[in-house]
Amino acid sequence: MTSKPLFKVLTPATDAQATIHIWFNDQPLSVPGGRSVAAALLAAGVQRFRATPVSGAPRAPYCMMGACFECLVEIDGMPSRQSCLVTVKDGMRIHSQEGARDLPPSSDMNPLENAHGR
Amino acid sequence: MAADTVDVAVIGAGPAGLAAATQAARAGLSVVLLDEQEAVGGQIYRAIERSDAQRREILGPDYAAGAALASEFARSGARYVPNASVWQVTRERSVHYLKDGKVSSFEARRVVLATGALERPFPIPGWTLPGVMTAGAAQILLKSAGEVPAEPPILVGCGPLLYLLGWQYVRAGVPIRALVDTTRHEDRWRAKRHMLSALRAWPYLSKGLQLMRTLRDAGVAMHEAADELRVESGIDEDGSERARALNFSVRGVSHRIEANVILLHQGVVPNTQFTHSLRASHKWDEAQLCFAPLTDQWGELDVPGIFVAGDGGGIGGAQAAETQGEVTALAIAAQLGAIDTAARNRSAAPLLRRLAEVMRIRPFLDSLYRPRDENRMPKDEVIVCRCEEVTAGELRSFVKLGCLGPNQAKSFGRCGMGPCQGRLCGLTVTEVIADARSVPPETVGYYRIRPPIKPLTLGELAGE
Repeated sequence: MTSKPLFKVLTPATDAQATIHIWFNDQPLSVPGGRSVAAALLAAGVQRFRATPVSGAPRAPYCMMGACFECLVEIDGMPSRQSCLVTVKDGMRIHSQEGARDLPPSSDMNPLENAHGR
Repeated sequence: MAADTVDVAVIGAGPAGLAAATQAARAGLSVVLLDEQEAVGGQIYRAIERSDAQRREILGPDYAAGAALASEFARSGARYVPNASVWQVTRERSVHYLKDGKVSSFEARRVVLATGALERPFPIPGWTLPGVMTAGAAQILLKSAGEVPAEPPILVGCGPLLYLLGWQYVRAGVPIRALVDTTRHEDRWRAKRHMLSALRAWPYLSKGLQLMRTLRDAGVAMHEAADELRVESGIDEDGSERARALNFSVRGVSHRIEANVILLHQGVVPNTQFTHSLRASHKWDEAQLCFAPLTDQWGELDVPGIFVAGDGGGIGGAQAAETQGEVTALAIAAQLGAIDTAARNRSAAPLLRRLAEVMRIRPFLDSLYRPRDENRMPKDEVIVCRCEEVTAGELRSFVKLGCLGPNQAKSFGRCGMGPCQGRLCGLTVTEVIADARSVPPETVGYYRIRPPIKPLTLGELAGE
């Protein structure tokens, strides 16, 4: 899930950047706050953010400015969020995006309508 | 749908957008500035209002200069809408955006597109691996989050931003494994004919020389004239594939350097998503190897009432962008009757002179840091379209089957049809097809960009 972080926080944390606790792929993860989800995950040792829909190849943030869409993850049930554009919040539930996005969960949706797995 | 109308909508809060919005508001016009980030500054002055003295010290005086621009904007009376993804601007100047999951729209009498630049695609083997990112991305991590590579990175390519990042890492005490430069002796030779005009932009030139000296003095391993770049993959502790080393050769001698962070850069190009979606006329700029929209001296497109300011109209850098923003605001103020033409011309004259001055360095830079053919039109096995994983070889096989341009490449093999909407492959696809057909890039053209410029769900769209 996580390994040796590729990036580290240089400056001593200010209050706004204090450690917060999130979930990544259902595992608790402590990350520095006051930054984008992508920056927080990179500093916490997440290297693989998603797998491509075509070949399942691992991908991670490439541009950090909202252009490349390589940092797509699911955040609090919403798929295909650009993690470089979303500010990380305590308690966020984040999942790596595996292949094509699923339909967002909907309580009144007939489960059979989503049975084809996309 | 809201029936609001404003005088000026500005899209993008970098130097051009901030300057345009500030000046237009000062002229008494109602101004709304929309930006995708959570704070002003664009990428060049990213997180400028949050950065402390230490971070500004690391990033240098050119970055700190953005603080004045940001505070002038804050006092200007222009309305600021952060976290707003503008997904459509129509030729009739309706502006549609998504913010906090809700879509909104309004009408603007004039629109300023200040959407800046993107880093040029750098398609080499292994460029899609985790651990490989752009130098700009690494710089954004430093500016916005104070993050630096945990282990010494390799900086690869050419161009001012690459050396600036190295300089900033040295100042931050971050060791650099190597700077692998693709610039060759003949590039320096070619650039020499622009030296005279470059010398007239001496402050810029001397800054550049100082950056390089700092890197040398810090003992950064420098490799020049590198070609045959290839990122080698390794398997991580958790079983996932990632970058492990950079392979390259210098004058036939092979090199291999290990690193888990490899930072690529070979210049920036205009972000033309909006101007292309508006069907404005564009030209192929052979010096900058990119498409740029055609504008008059005020930045107005051949779509009346819609202007471009800053790098989105052609790469000129932050100072040029800020000046263009001011010039554009003057033109709009005159069109809307806030000032008369004589006042516009009087105020614009010194700005246009300054613009010409800061642009003097460009022919030299464009010539010296012209990205290598092999790093723009890669070998067959290299992925060109990252989203749909289409290789250069597949693209060339489409051409053999009769594919004439980027739009047909979509139907041949989904090239450019992923979520990035061609931002990361558009120029590569144009050049590879042009090269395979032996015609100029202008003949081949660019993707037909359609709204939504940023993806949004049908549910969000239905909310309007």
